[in-house]
Parts: sequence; C-alpha cells; structure tokens
Amino acid sequence: MSLLILATTLFLLSVAGFYLGRGRAFAVSGGQLRDLHSRPQYYGMYVALWCGLPSLVLLCLWLALEPEITELILVANLPASAQGMSQDQLALFINQIKNLANGNAFGAVSAEIESAAKDYASLRDTGFAAMTVIVLALGICGLAFGRRSITPAMRARNQVEKVVSVVMMVASTIAIVTTVGIVLSLLFEALRFFTKVPPMDFLFGLQWSPQTALREDQVGGSGAFGAIPLFAGTLLITFIAMCVAVPVGLFSAIYMSEYAGPKMRAIVKPVLEVLAGIPTVVYGFFAALTMAPFFRQVGEFLNLDVSSESALVAGIVIGVMSIPFVSSLSDDVMNSVPQTLRDGAYALGATKSETIKQVVVPAALPGIVGSVLLAISRAIGETMIVVMAAGLAANLTANPLEAVTTVTVQIVTLLVGDQEFDSAKTLAAFALGLVLFLVTLALNVVALRVVRKYREKYD
Amino acid sequence: MTEMTASAAPFRRPDLSEAHLRRRYSAERRFKAYGIFAIAAATAMLLVLLSSIVAKGYTAFSQTYIALDIALDADRIDPSGDQDPQVLRKVKYQPLAKAALRDRFPEVSGRRDKRALSKLISGSADVTLRKFVMANPDTIGTTQTIWVKASDEIDSLRKGHVDRGAQESDRLVSDQALEWFDHLETDGAVDLRFNTTFFTAGDSREPEQAGIWGATVGSFLMLIVTLALSFPVGVLSAVYLEEFAPKNRWTDFIEVNINNLAAVPSIVFGLLGLAVFLNFFGLPRSAPLAGGMVLALMTLPTIIIAARAALKAVPPSIREAALGVGASKLQTVTHHVLPLAMPGVLTGTILGSARALGETAPLLMIGMVAFIVDIPGGFTDPATALPVQIYLWADSPERAFVEKTSAAIIVLLGFLIMMNAIAVLLRKRFERRW
Repeated sequence: MSLLILATTLFLLSVAGFYLGRGRAFAVSGGQLRDLHSRPQYYGMYVALWCGLPSLVLLCLWLALEPEITELILVANLPASAQGMSQDQLALFINQIKNLANGNAFGAVSAEIESAAKDYASLRDTGFAAMTVIVLALGICGLAFGRRSITPAMRARNQVEKVVSVVMMVASTIAIVTTVGIVLSLLFEALRFFTKVPPMDFLFGLQWSPQTALREDQVGGSGAFGAIPLFAGTLLITFIAMCVAVPVGLFSAIYMSEYAGPKMRAIVKPVLEVLAGIPTVVYGFFAALTMAPFFRQVGEFLNLDVSSESALVAGIVIGVMSIPFVSSLSDDVMNSVPQTLRDGAYALGATKSETIKQVVVPAALPGIVGSVLLAISRAIGETMIVVMAAGLAANLTANPLEAVTTVTVQIVTLLVGDQEFDSAKTLAAFALGLVLFLVTLALNVVALRVVRKYREKYD
Repeated sequence: MTEMTASAAPFRRPDLSEAHLRRRYSAERRFKAYGIFAIAAATAMLLVLLSSIVAKGYTAFSQTYIALDIALDADRIDPSGDQDPQVLRKVKYQPLAKAALRDRFPEVSGRRDKRALSKLISGSADVTLRKFVMANPDTIGTTQTIWVKASDEIDSLRKGHVDRGAQESDRLVSDQALEWFDHLETDGAVDLRFNTTFFTAGDSREPEQAGIWGATVGSFLMLIVTLALSFPVGVLSAVYLEEFAPKNRWTDFIEVNINNLAAVPSIVFGLLGLAVFLNFFGLPRSAPLAGGMVLALMTLPTIIIAARAALKAVPPSIREAALGVGASKLQTVTHHVLPLAMPGVLTGTILGSARALGETAPLLMIGMVAFIVDIPGGFTDPATALPVQIYLWADSPERAFVEKTSAAIIVLLGFLIMMNAIAVLLRKRFERRW
C-alpha cells in the first residue's frame, strides 16, 4: 500500500514539474512566446520527464532486485547452525522466517526463527524507507535540473518526442517479450521434466498415471508419463468437434454469403458470433449439466452405455463453440470472390448451387481451409469445456461414448491444488503445455500460409 | 495432343430433358435447405443453451424465508441489562432460533428429530438475529416475529425442485421435514423474497449464504489491472507499428508475433503466469494483480490488432494536412490521427476486455480457484473471479448450487452483453467513413 502512496507522490511530483517547467518557459521567454523553440507545454513535459523517469526506473529496479538482495543478507546473517543446512532445509527455514515476518505464523516457532524474522522485517522496512527517500530525492533533483536547463533556445519538443518514440518502441516489443517468455518458461520447465522422464517415453508412452507418491511411505502409482492417451483423447474430441463445426459453419457461411439478403445477414451473422462470445465456462456448465444427462438418457433408450463424461458431449459442445470461427472467416472469403465468376457460371447455365459448388467454394478454398485449421487449433487448446465435461482418467480408446482425457485437462489437474514445484508431476504440465503451444503455433502458421499463398487475386 | 483429348472426352450434348432439369432443381433446393438447416441448428443450439441456463437460474434470485416467533430471552442475550454492543455481538443467537422452531413444533421429541427440525433454517439465522437485536436493543426480553432464511433443502422444496412423489431415500427432503414445511406454509410462515445475499455476499459452503459479490469485485479489480496495462501498451505499440515503424525484418517479426499470440491457447498464458509472475517474480498467488497481468498479455494482441485497423482507416489526407501546416510527426498523430481513431480503438479494447472477463483457464493456473469468503479489498488480496466462481460452484455437489451457478452465469452474461452493447453503440455513434 505504501508503494501505491509512493507512486502517487511521484506522479504528483511530475505533474508539479510540468507546471513549474511551463511557468519557467513563460518566464525565460520574457512574454515573447515566439522566441521559444517549442511551445511552453513541451518544456513542462520535459521537466516532468526528468522528474518522473529516472526515479521510476530506480523504483522498478528496486522492486525487481530487493527480494533477492534481502534474502542474501538474511542468509548471510543466519546463525552458524543454519549455515550448515542443506539446500532444501535452508529454503524451508527461510520460508518460515518470511512467513513469520509477514505476520502468518503457523504453529510454534523457535526463538532462532523469531529473531531472524524480526531482523528480516526490520531490514525490509529500512530498505523501503531508504528507497523511498532516494527515489523522492532523485525526483526532486531531476525536477530542479530540468527546470534549470530551460532556455529559449532549448529544443524541448525534439527531446520529448525522442523519449516518447523510445517508449513506443519498447511497448511494441512487449509482444516479442511475451512470446519469448512463453517459449522460455515452457522450455525451461519441460527440460527439467525431461531430465526425470526421457522425451521418448513421454511422447510415445501408452501409460499416463501422473499420481506419484510424494513421500517414500505413501501409497501411490509409480508414475507413468506416456502422453499418447492424452493426444489420442484430444484428437478424438477435436475430430468430433470438427464434425459439428465444419458442416454447420460452412453451410451457414454459404447460405449467408450466397442466398441470404442483407437483412437476414444483418441478423444471422451477429447471432452466430454470439456463440463465440459466450465464455467457455458457460459451455462447460451446459455440457456437464444439460447435454451429458441428455445423451445418457438417449443412450439408455438405445441400449448404449454412454459415459457421463463422454468424448461425444465435450466434442459436440466444442463444435458448437467453434461454428462461428468457421462461418465468419469462410463467409468473408466467399464474399470476396468476385461476382464476375458467378455471372460467368450462370451464363453457362449453372444453377446457383452448382455455381457455389464448382466455382465459389473452389475459389474460396484456401480461406475455408485456413478457417478450419484455426478452428482446429482453438478446439485443441480449449480448456474449460473439457475440464468440466470430459474425463480425468487417461483412456486410450476411439469410442466416442467413453470418457477420454485431453492435454488441457491434464495440465489443469496437474497444476490445480497442492503442488510441489520440483516433482515430475507438476513439471509434466509444462511439457504438455509446450506440446500444446507448438502444435497450435504450427497450425496457425500453416493456416496463415495457406490463406496467403493460395489466395487467388482477382483485381 | 488436341486429337487425344478430343477422342478421350467426346463432346457431350447437355441433357436438357425435363427429368434432368427437375433433378438439378431439386438438388438446388436441397442445397439451400442445408444452409437454412445449418443456421437453424446453430441458432437453436444458442437458444437451448441460453434458455436452459435462464430456466435453471432465475429461481436463485429469490430466497425462501421462514417466520419464527423468537423469544429474545434477556437472560441469555444481555444478562447485565446495559445493552452493551460488545456483549450483544458475541452472543450465540442460533440456539434462540432453534428454540423457537422447537416451540413451534412441540410434538417433536428425540435428539435426531430435533436436529432434523433445526435443519429447516439456515445457519445464517445467527447473523440475522444479531443484526436485528443490535438494531433494536429495546426488543430484548420480548418475543418477536422474525423472518430467517430457510436452509437450502427447504429453499429447493419451496421452489419446486424437489419431487414430492419420489421415494424418501431418493429425495433431498425427508417425509418429516416435508410435513413440517407444509405446516409452516399453511400458516403463512413461509415466504419467497428477493435474494439480496446473492448480490452482496462472498462465497460460502452453504448455498443459501453464498453470493457473487466477492467474485464480482475480484473480476473488477482484475479488469482494472488488465486495462491499465494493456490499453496504453496496446495503443502505443499500434501507433508505433502503424505510424512510425520502418518496414523491416524487425517490425515484420513483431507483427508475426502479435498474430501468433492472438491464437495461442489461453491456458498457455496461464502457464506463463505461473512460471514467470508467480515463481520467478514472486507475486502473490490468487491475487487480482497476477490475474490481471496474465489477462493483459492475453488481450494485448486483440487491442493492438483493433487499434491498428482503426489507425489504418484514418485517411492519409488528414496526416498530410497536419504535416503541411507544420506539425511534427508525433503532433500529427496525437492531435489528429489518434483522436479520430479513438472510437475504433475503444471498441476493440472493450471487446478485448469482455473476452478477458469471461476467461477462466489461465486464472486456474495462478491459483485463483481457492475458496475465498472475504470480499477482496485490494490488488494483492486473495480473490476469485466471476467465471472461476461459476466453475467452482458447478463442481459443488449440492443441488442448490446448480441454480446459483446458473444465476452467476446470467449475471456474467449480463456484464458481457452490456460491454458488447457499449462497443456496438460506440461504433454506431462515432464511426466515420471517409
């Protein structure tokens, strides 16, 4: 909270800097504004930047480095008995100290920990106070420096614009930083997983039972990390989903772009897009509580044994969700097929449906294929519907009436709840995430390629 | 060559017979019918989805109350008689309500039956009575008719979710409780009232005391963080890429990255948040801060793409005119291009944050699935979000949570409809075509 106050103070200081700088610019111009190089507010912004930027950078640096440094000091100051501890023991010990310092005491603690926690808390307090003073002092110094350097000839606008363009450049690299962050974090954790489980066993193993025993004496599986059943389950559900989404989406798109009048289009298109706007957790609830019992009853009626977490239900609901992904993009590409092609087909005596089947759809095929690939990628990465409506147990089957599990379900079950960060169990989730990321990335790249490369240009 | 093709495919006269034409026309009609059928199927699915949720959920907006004549025994509540609020706050009021129930049904004897009887009312009667006594300390010593909440089983019974014809063992409510309930109802001591708790309380293990306010506040805090991060960064990078960036490999690479990020599964962002924000930077688990940061990364591509489209739609003549009268490049953008593109940018931002509001999977990864009763007060307090609350309740075994889940979905969809409506309005009101 005090951090928020500090940030607010810094902000107010910068605002004050803006007005001081602007006033200074008026003053040095001696009432002749045209003698100034830039307009007065640029001088204000110049001072505000001098006041705010360096101190903000310092603040961020401190926030990033402070925990590491205080922990180092904490370890260095520990009594001799603690210095000899193993890595894990030390980590636990430090955690206890930190918890106590933050006011979450769990049970009785030794005097050693208590005094260390007191030291730690006071260390952090002093550190924060010192940082506050330094940051504010830097802000005031910057303000004074900026204000002093204002002369009528100073090129304030150019300097401010330079800073703004650097900020914009930094902002635009965040997309790259995010991608790199995703790749590195997944890769790093996955590599740690592969030191425990060989990649071949993971990618081609047929057994998946990640419930390893945490302690030696615990009853638990030995832990098998063969991901083939998960991949098969994901593929089965995706296949079912596409069986729903592709025909319905494609025919909706054909009807909307070729048959429907503008009025109907104006109604139907948003209605279909609502399907994509509904949160997936709502679909999951619908699948688990409405569709699954319904399919069970139908199954009983037909003398079929339908599992209450069948792949069929999850697949159909994901398919319904994906309809707009297929229909929207396909509709757009079919609309962009020029009318002259259709007119040519009509002139040869083709009926409307023949024109569509033999001229429009082939011309729009790259876009349609691209949209289906994107829908497949969405279906593979879909999480909430399968978490709520598909099974948990890995089951290698092609029967859509049985329960199967998927990659995303396993990531969620492995990481939700109590976790021990170094076990193969939690690291397996990152390996699965890496596979998921790579597959969806490949699908997206291929989809974009297909759309770009095979698109016919008619103009 | 020409001879070969000619011999392979001899000229075929088109079949112009009536029968063939009829076949072609019926194929045409069939094809058109497929299209109508597809649209009808999709629309029907949407209607089934929405109506099933509304049908399940609308009852959660009301709550059954039972009127009890409660003797506010002065000896038990306020033995000293000085109405000290400190004392009044600490009294256990639930036994008073139970005693009132036992007085109402004096024929009930035996411990098991008495316990069953006291299960007619909710555990929250304690709070209701405390509030009543604290507000009216003068009533101590008298007998007052006070409406207390019924338990979730009785609530379900009142709303008709319990099949009275079923076997007792298959039924949520026992025969005995059914009889008591009917007695109370014929006496006019049962009433269905608007459920304010649902909109003001946090989560609870007891369905009748559970509400969505905690989750709503959590979602709201998270959305603030998301917008505070993704809107400025998104607009800045869109302006840079669209107005300033040179066309080179680096900017191409940025563009490819943005397009790919838009299609990365949301759960992968959750893994990123877990590995980087929680484990590396040590942000608190289950906090709106971490959740908002993850969602910000997720919505960033959406905002950038929408903002770029809006900037692109501003005609170059505007820029040329501004540059012509001596504005610098940045002045051109901030004074002219960006204000004109703002409606489009805001529309994209609202749509992006609507998606973020409905997102669940990445939040599960960063520990927002914890059971949290308190209303979060800040960005680092443990919190949950509306969609996560829906997920948690959907997993609960109690029958009464089904209607709460559906009602929470109705509220969530209400927020989303509102946001989308604002976006559509913005577009309609401010969209300019040049």
